[in-house]
Amino acid sequence: MIAFVRNVRLWFAPEDVREEGSTPDYRFSLANERTFLAWVRTALALIGGGFAVDQFLPDLRWAWRAGLALALLGAGALCSLRAVNHWMRCERAMRRGEDLPVSRFPAVLSVVVAVVAVAMVVVVLVGWEG
Amino acid sequence: MSAGAERDPGLQPERTRLAWRRTTLASTVAAVLAAKTALHGGASAAGVVACAVICGLWVGFLLVAHRRIGALAAAGSPRALTPRHAMAATLCMVAMAVCGVALVL
Repeated sequence: MIAFVRNVRLWFAPEDVREEGSTPDYRFSLANERTFLAWVRTALALIGGGFAVDQFLPDLRWAWRAGLALALLGAGALCSLRAVNHWMRCERAMRRGEDLPVSRFPAVLSVVVAVVAVAMVVVVLVGWEG
Repeated sequence: MSAGAERDPGLQPERTRLAWRRTTLASTVAAVLAAKTALHGGASAAGVVACAVICGLWVGFLLVAHRRIGALAAAGSPRALTPRHAMAATLCMVAMAVCGVALVL
């Protein structure tokens, strides 16, 4: 938790990252940047999915529709915040010559996506009957 | 790329540039879906405002991407992404999600 607070402070004081260690090979930085962008696209897909649920499942009851849409939008926001956090941690680890940080987030996200997908199937089946 | 510059055989700057391109395309899809949601119940005042905010966020993200693509296309080995840029891109995404929450509720 304290590490997280320190990371959040780094988001708003980005110059501090520059001062640590030495600048890594630019190719490593670019690879890190592409990973960041891939996570941003994942976040965009989740946000787009949230809007799509709200728009293209109009026959659902409001609570289900809003719940699914909010879950997807929340996951998208979380995913983009995590993208910048992980990018910064990787950048700092490379500057210091440490091991890259490991993360449980990909596993958690895939479980959440699977749960939302199953919920969507159930909701669409039940929604059409009712 | 200037002819004299040493060329990276892995084409890393080009790949990174294309990754930014893909991301702008994804943001366009999300923005279109968001605008459709905003204007769903006819063009009410709140809907038009929400649509304008979403278009603004989309343009903001395009500007971030454009500047970064310009930096990657410059000659020589490109500088790393600055945290400020990364934060700007992320804030556009989060703001779009917040707009979405406001529209759904």
